[in-house]
Amino acid sequence: MTQLRAWLTADTPVSRNHARAIQAYLSWRALASNPLTMIGLLIVVALVVFATLAPMLAPQSPVAQDLTQRFIAPGTQYLFGTDEFGRDILSRILYGARVTLYIVVLVAVTAAPVGLLVGTVSGYFGGWVDAALMRITDIFLAFPRLILALAFVSALGPGIENAVLAIALTAWPPYARIARAETLTIRTSDFIAAARLQGASGFRIVVGHVVPLCSSSLIVRVTLDMAGVILTAAGLGFLGLGAQPPLAEWGAMVSSGRRYLLDYWWVATIPGLAIFVVSLGFNLLGDGLRDVLDPKSS
Amino acid sequence: MTDSTVTSATGSSRFPSRYVWAGLKLVGSVALTFFGLLLVTFLIGRVVPVDPVLAAIGDRASHDTYEQVRREMGLDLPLWQQFASYVLQVLKGELGKSVLTANTVVDDIKRVFPATMELATTATLFGVAFGVPMGVVAAVNQGRWPDQIVRLLGLFGYSMPVFWLGLMGLLLFYGILDIAAAPGRVDFANLDVVETWSGLILLDSALQGEWEVFFDALHHLILPAAVLGYLSLAYISRMTRSFMLEQLRQEYVTTARVKGLSEARVIWRHALGNVMVPLITVIALSYANLLEGSVLTETVFAWPGLGQYLTASLLAADMNAVLGATIVVGAIFIGINLLSDLLYRLVDPRAK
Repeated sequence: MTQLRAWLTADTPVSRNHARAIQAYLSWRALASNPLTMIGLLIVVALVVFATLAPMLAPQSPVAQDLTQRFIAPGTQYLFGTDEFGRDILSRILYGARVTLYIVVLVAVTAAPVGLLVGTVSGYFGGWVDAALMRITDIFLAFPRLILALAFVSALGPGIENAVLAIALTAWPPYARIARAETLTIRTSDFIAAARLQGASGFRIVVGHVVPLCSSSLIVRVTLDMAGVILTAAGLGFLGLGAQPPLAEWGAMVSSGRRYLLDYWWVATIPGLAIFVVSLGFNLLGDGLRDVLDPKSS
Repeated sequence: MTDSTVTSATGSSRFPSRYVWAGLKLVGSVALTFFGLLLVTFLIGRVVPVDPVLAAIGDRASHDTYEQVRREMGLDLPLWQQFASYVLQVLKGELGKSVLTANTVVDDIKRVFPATMELATTATLFGVAFGVPMGVVAAVNQGRWPDQIVRLLGLFGYSMPVFWLGLMGLLLFYGILDIAAAPGRVDFANLDVVETWSGLILLDSALQGEWEVFFDALHHLILPAAVLGYLSLAYISRMTRSFMLEQLRQEYVTTARVKGLSEARVIWRHALGNVMVPLITVIALSYANLLEGSVLTETVFAWPGLGQYLTASLLAADMNAVLGATIVVGAIFIGINLLSDLLYRLVDPRAK
């Protein structure tokens, strides 16, 4: 253990991978020193674990109805109580974590690469390419995101895939902006000039040299954005435009529990709490990552 | 700061043309953005699975009628011609008819918009009244407990689903404590008591001397406005804090302190005075964001505004109304951005 730590904190790395390991370890130490960030990380890890193990952890099926067991208050029998169809809310929350994780991952893997590509290409090539791409980005940035997502979903039809598509379509422009700003400072570096003189193509330079250097600030932004993505998805679900019943989706659960709010408070309260906690987790983690990876922008 | 003053003074002979050029660029980019908005709504209208011809004539009409109506609606023309006529229509202020209400979309929006404006404005006032002082206090006490509390409140605001916060507010203040009013804009008995002049019920009732309605409306407004205002509070306090931190590091603050000014005067007058300029942009942006947040808040509080109109039309697949409302909100969004940009240039001489 002490040997490992000594290796990880060595002043003079002996190989490239050693240097990477040291870098990663020091970043982790900086990250771990902030308790709020750790809480955020814990929440996000818990989301992933609950989503993966939902079938094993859930005491009941998320869709099994039992009308004799309607509106049972949270207690020892049902930890979070039951809803209007007698379904176990705890099981539905656990399965709902899958839906939330699915949305978050899908938006991240579609919107971030698009933004990254648009931003780096725009920043590296400049000229009319830059002007055209940035105009398009600006147009999308100037739109109200939720409203646009609403309009998209209403056109494509309600459903979880369409909700993801609508959110991703409105999520990429900030990433493009960040990637472009980073690229503008990177492209004048000597090592880029060296790569160019060695005959590297524009494509190779962008993908091999510029993109990796933009990644850290992009990861920060994506993590912070995930909170907003969760809220937008939950909002769409609440309006009945996201995941469709009987799929357990937290926003839709709040919406159906809303009718019984004054008599059976837990039906709407608990799924909303889940949305709040997970989105808080991403915010806390994103804040911490920003302090470590991207100190200049905090 | 001295540098920029000098350059703007020496460059004053070229100043008008540069100013005009910047203005033209701004107008051009706004026009382009609006054009993009129309293109997106047009394309959304194209991909809708609802056939607009069938929606107009019903599915019992003959094939000939179908073709005739299709031609009358211009749907047989090439796509770019359809788009051109769509743009012309919108510029003339025609957004089509709503299937749900049988009125023109423009009339509908005129009717419901004041309610949203009343809500969003009150919420912004709430956000500014609490958010700015909180941000200042947090910056002055950087790292100590007031700063942590403000930071946490802000984080909660960023993470809270607004529809859930609204429901919790209703549960607590209406259901349990019974001090807030039920959802809706006024009590049932006070509906249609006040004549609609501006559509802002507080203003109308005050002008017409209907004080009972005024206080009833105020009672109904407080909770939704506070819920929505909390979102803008989170944003405004965070931005105020970071702007203030920047100002408090400046040398003029030290100078003011050395001159013997009271700490309150240094903070609230000198530093905050300089923060006001960027803060205008932040407040304008948060106002625009509240228009969005109001979609969900209005649903929760049965508030008869643009948000509720939009969601009702969405669920009824009333595409004219949905796209019309999208265009209106988008245009306001763009307009507010432009306005804050102009204000910024006007107030801050360095921005020129």
